[in-house]
Amino acid sequence: MSEHLVDIKNERLSFFTPAGEVKALNDVSLYLEDGEVLGIVGESGSGKSVTSYSIMGITADPGRIIGGTVEFNGHHIEKLSEKEMRKIRGKEVSMIFQDPMTSLNPVYTIGNQIEEAILLHTDKSKAEARERAVELLRLVGINEPEKRIKQYPHELSGGMRQRVMIAIALACEPKLLIADEPTTALDVTIQAQILELIMELKEKLGMAVILITHDLGIVSSMCDRIAVMYAGKVIECGSTDDIFYTPKHEYTRGLLRSVPRLDEKESQRLVAIEGTPVDMLNPPAGCPFAPRCPKCMKICLREMPPYTYFSDIHYSACWLNQKEEFENAGKEES
Amino acid sequence: MAKYIIKRLLLAVITVFVVATLTFFLMNAVPGGPYEAEKSISPTAKAALEAKFGLDQPLFKQYLTYLKNILHGDFGPSLKQRGRNVNDIIMTKFPVSAKIGGISVAVALIVGIPLGCISALNRGKASDSTIIVLATIGIAVPSFVVCSLSMYLFGVKLRWLPTVGLTTWKNYIMPVFALSFYPSAYITRLMRSSMLDVLGQDYMRTARAKGVSQFVSLFKHALRNAILPIVTYVGPMMAYTLTGSFIIEKVFTIPGLGGEFVSSIQNRDYMMIMGTTIFLATLMVFMTFIVDIVYKIIDPRINLK
Repeated sequence: MSEHLVDIKNERLSFFTPAGEVKALNDVSLYLEDGEVLGIVGESGSGKSVTSYSIMGITADPGRIIGGTVEFNGHHIEKLSEKEMRKIRGKEVSMIFQDPMTSLNPVYTIGNQIEEAILLHTDKSKAEARERAVELLRLVGINEPEKRIKQYPHELSGGMRQRVMIAIALACEPKLLIADEPTTALDVTIQAQILELIMELKEKLGMAVILITHDLGIVSSMCDRIAVMYAGKVIECGSTDDIFYTPKHEYTRGLLRSVPRLDEKESQRLVAIEGTPVDMLNPPAGCPFAPRCPKCMKICLREMPPYTYFSDIHYSACWLNQKEEFENAGKEES
Repeated sequence: MAKYIIKRLLLAVITVFVVATLTFFLMNAVPGGPYEAEKSISPTAKAALEAKFGLDQPLFKQYLTYLKNILHGDFGPSLKQRGRNVNDIIMTKFPVSAKIGGISVAVALIVGIPLGCISALNRGKASDSTIIVLATIGIAVPSFVVCSLSMYLFGVKLRWLPTVGLTTWKNYIMPVFALSFYPSAYITRLMRSSMLDVLGQDYMRTARAKGVSQFVSLFKHALRNAILPIVTYVGPMMAYTLTGSFIIEKVFTIPGLGGEFVSSIQNRDYMMIMGTTIFLATLMVFMTFIVDIVYKIIDPRINLK
């Protein structure tokens, strides 16, 4: 048993498509403590969502975990049957998704959809479930919950629907909330409100949160730790300060350079990361970022770099780090 | 809602009126007449018959007379079936067709919806391919082939089922099979594609993330969304099926309404053509109305205005 709430070790996950095996996760290791907020950042297809879906056991067909372990709250997710998994989903771990406009079933009232989660995992009667649903709607800041509960998703705005999604996710007070780009589809003003709400509820309920996003601005203000993913690997992981002030991986640096800053001159252009993402059907032998890396060395193309640890929680997978460490060790000796 | 129903009712009357008018003038524009082919009739007798049914009047006057009559619910006398009213013919023959048609629609739904669901849930597997092949055959094979083949096999060779008449429940098996053959296949395909579409929706993932079982997620979350295209198809299909099929009634010698649609045209039985056409049009308009109401019940997003 792991002492962490979530403990993913060397997870490999592939999608077996007609075109071949897409190695979506390649040796991913991550952990999460109780009540902690972990941000997972990375570009599309880097494996952020796939990693978190595998914690919920809702990996879409034809994807399968083919190696490593995924432990959550004492359960070995990779070994559980679908039926056992159903008892955990929505109860111990919940998820909110990117697009609140399509994530609610259009033909049922929001009350019905919230109550469904409550009735599934508790012994509450229908009337009690309704009461709880009203309470939840109030908790997520929806006015006139008694009236809203009888409304259909199309009668609510995008921000409201995302609040409803959060209410559904929190129905059974889960230990972990996975937020998969919860604000991407929302207006900027609503984004801030939703994020604030998630943080507020996290404090109130003491749950852990995994926040998946490609918006570095969001993670900087919300997360305790950040994991940067690239091509199905965690290439750098550390505290928020580590990642923002002393990034060690070229990809992380590139990401940070591509964010607009308020204190920059107007004439300064944003720096894009050159090249295109990796073809996951034929991943390169060495570091997946090597072809796009401005400081690429020969070894980078041949071999995958091991993790270099800068502190207990800050580590990165880059040959440059290894080189520096080697040189530092040499200096100390002499 | 009441306002909507009144609006639809008015529209229905206009639709049926337009259909009646078009049919009336098109039918009269076609060469020939009810008494042209019968050589035995003398010119005097023919003139007398035409005078009796008002066919000697100017066309527009005939039209006005006809409209006046149908406003009183009178479709007039049949020009060919002596001594019988169009109303009587429809009233005696429609129940026969409607019974077989109704059973067929039910069979098509009972067969098509589950098959479509099974096919979608097992996409790409052997069961899916088998169902697709069966459904394609069902759509491609014309009903007279189904009729003749099943009659030859079960009626003549195996002697399991009676081939003529409608006396026992066994008589219904073959006509219902033949009549529900195409719609079953069509509904299967429709259900499959619509189900596949719904299964890929985000709210299905939400249901799964909530811990909903596959059974509930299929029956509660998917089916209600996926059934809408079926409702659209079944409405008009029901109008056609209830009024009978010419081919199936001919092959199994069923005294239904389907045959009248075709024979009335061959006979230039003007009153019968008008009667059957207006009857089908009314039924069609009614079914479309029912479809809209059912839509509203299934999908709350639909706003009836």
